[in-house]
Amino acid sequence: MSLLKITNLKANINDKEILHGLDLEVNQGEIHAIMGPNGSGKSTLASVLTGREDYEVTDGKVDFLNKNLLEMSPEDRAKEGLFLAFQYPVEIPGVSNANFLKAAVNEKRKYQGLDPIDAIDFLKMMREKAKLIEIDPSFFSRSVNQGFSGGEKKRNEIFQMAMLEPKLAILDETDSGLDIDALRIVSNGVNQLKTKDNAFIIITHYQRLLNYIVPDFVHVLSNGKIIKSGGKELALELEEKGYDWVKDGTI
Amino acid sequence: MSQEIKEKDDEILEQLTNSEYKYGFFSDIEQEFAPKGLNEEVIRFISLKKNEPEFMLKWRLKAFNFWNKMKEPKWSKVKFPQIDYQDSYYYAAPVQKNKPNSIDEVDPEILEIYNKLGIPLNEQKRLQGVAVDAVLDSVSVATTFKDVLAKEGIIFCPISEAVQTHPELVEQYLGSVVPFTDNYFAALNSAVFSDGSFVYIPKGVRSPMELSTYFRINAASAGQFERTLIIADERSYVSYLEGCTAPQRDQHQLHAAVVELIAHKNAEIKYSTVQNWYPGDKEGKGGVYNFVTKRGLCEGDNSKISWTQVETGSAITWKYPSCVLKGDNSIGEFYSVAMTNHYQQADTGTKMTHLGKNTKSRIVSKGISAGLSDNSYRGLVKVTKKADNARNFSQCDSLLLGNKCGAHTFPYLEIQNQSATVEHEATTSKISEDIIFYLNQRGISTEDAVALIVNGYAKEVLNQLPMEFAVEAQKLLAISLEGSVG
Repeated sequence: MSLLKITNLKANINDKEILHGLDLEVNQGEIHAIMGPNGSGKSTLASVLTGREDYEVTDGKVDFLNKNLLEMSPEDRAKEGLFLAFQYPVEIPGVSNANFLKAAVNEKRKYQGLDPIDAIDFLKMMREKAKLIEIDPSFFSRSVNQGFSGGEKKRNEIFQMAMLEPKLAILDETDSGLDIDALRIVSNGVNQLKTKDNAFIIITHYQRLLNYIVPDFVHVLSNGKIIKSGGKELALELEEKGYDWVKDGTI
Repeated sequence: MSQEIKEKDDEILEQLTNSEYKYGFFSDIEQEFAPKGLNEEVIRFISLKKNEPEFMLKWRLKAFNFWNKMKEPKWSKVKFPQIDYQDSYYYAAPVQKNKPNSIDEVDPEILEIYNKLGIPLNEQKRLQGVAVDAVLDSVSVATTFKDVLAKEGIIFCPISEAVQTHPELVEQYLGSVVPFTDNYFAALNSAVFSDGSFVYIPKGVRSPMELSTYFRINAASAGQFERTLIIADERSYVSYLEGCTAPQRDQHQLHAAVVELIAHKNAEIKYSTVQNWYPGDKEGKGGVYNFVTKRGLCEGDNSKISWTQVETGSAITWKYPSCVLKGDNSIGEFYSVAMTNHYQQADTGTKMTHLGKNTKSRIVSKGISAGLSDNSYRGLVKVTKKADNARNFSQCDSLLLGNKCGAHTFPYLEIQNQSATVEHEATTSKISEDIIFYLNQRGISTEDAVALIVNGYAKEVLNQLPMEFAVEAQKLLAISLEGSVG
């Protein structure tokens, strides 16, 4: 079933058009990788889909589970099951990971008409998911991302994803700044969280991550449009020949 | 920053300033006033009304004469138009036919005011384990659980009553920590104060319940000048809470209170305040001027005084709850959350004066500024020559919402003893658009996000409050910030 259908999406920031008519369809159970050079619009796409206000959509439509995604508030998009693993996760002093996640989980439950989660069940759930991402439980009481290394912050993003069980997760350059061990842990987490019902969009510069998380589709984004799509072997080809190869090919 | 982001910020500020003051109602009850203005006659009137012994009147008149020669202090960062001290009432009291002997005899209209505030004075309905003294304008109207406390030998009553029933204690301690010569507003208060709470905990007694005073200004153009005096005798313990609200009025109201605490050997006093005086409207019209002197004396060895304050109200807050650490090994603590919004101004902090050996003090101050407000921390840590091995730790954090507010920190250190250890940490942070969006992306609405951030930020201080009030304070912070960021 189709989770996400983007048709002819055009978006501006500061009156400058960044996305020039982008099309993409993601079905349940699929992993899509989006690659492309700096400034091609990868992070803009993530921001527009999650509803960052600085971006203005000028044309096109986006359906998420057959609903008009662009009409929803950022928090409703999240509660519908859209998750973004941020490229630069923020620090929130004084707010513990546990408190923050409890608020997030309960907002989602409220949206689904469920009662707030029981404290003991919540703790159990955290322990379970922490194991998956190889996170020490002492981390629960630490303030969100405060004093975390770059790698720890990225792991926290994946941990949050595990807790919130989104239908569609966008990983925005989660691999950048990760050492090999962290990369393995993050990838393991994603692979274990993957089911036949959910889907992932992985935004990355490098082919490296795709050795660990094997995509069903690879798309090349250039100048605000998807200019080439293929299977996982496209990533290898890109690594070898560079982005100019595809760019040249289309012009 | 792009134009769009700026507009968003403006919208955020707009929403923030839309939260309303919940306690702004005014009750039309029959009241008795002293003639407007301030002179010896008015002071004699107040003293007579209170049927005070001679020593009180003398003390008041001395304070008044001293005040007359003083000038308003100008050193704080707050700005306000010249106050006309002759244009205010210095005594306003609800007319009660007979002096009530129990809560059942209190005028139902007055009980209704406190019910509206969520402070039912009826003892059966009252939260378990909290005794309340309710002060309306200038007089105490009801004190709950007096009998239960009396069994332990604890005196908890309006100070006007203590003047009658325990004049020796009042004469001994009144002005012993904050003399009327201390400052302009303390002198004014000493001259005209009409009521407040009095607490005496005898030797070796732990108060079986929280004691609490609820202050309410009701009358227009009336100043409130209450005086609180708490004495913890040797090895005793008391936890005391003060709450405050006022009606929404266009004119400014003056509140100049004095609180004195005395902790004897091995005694501990915990004093918590949730201050929510009317802060004025969005344009900065009206609101309470809160000029308060609070000081605790750790008189005996091993004594401890701890101040916790959550300040969300008042147009102007000028207040420095302080500790004089006289006894050896005594401990002073100050935990504060001061939140300002709209045109509010706060200049608040503490003074820790180390006199005894091995004395310790701890200061945790959290300022939150929003709207067009200005928030200053001002603190003094003073270690005198004889205070060997004194230790102080201070932490002053500021949190900014939007870009039109201000936060300032003025730490003063006066160290005269080489063996002192003094640490000071300070941070300033801003609730950024990025943090809000991050929380939005996790399904948390902007309003809840701000409340989460602010409560997280203030947690260390809120944790110091007695449980039932911590919840109240958390809600208060959330309400005061309603719709704060886009």
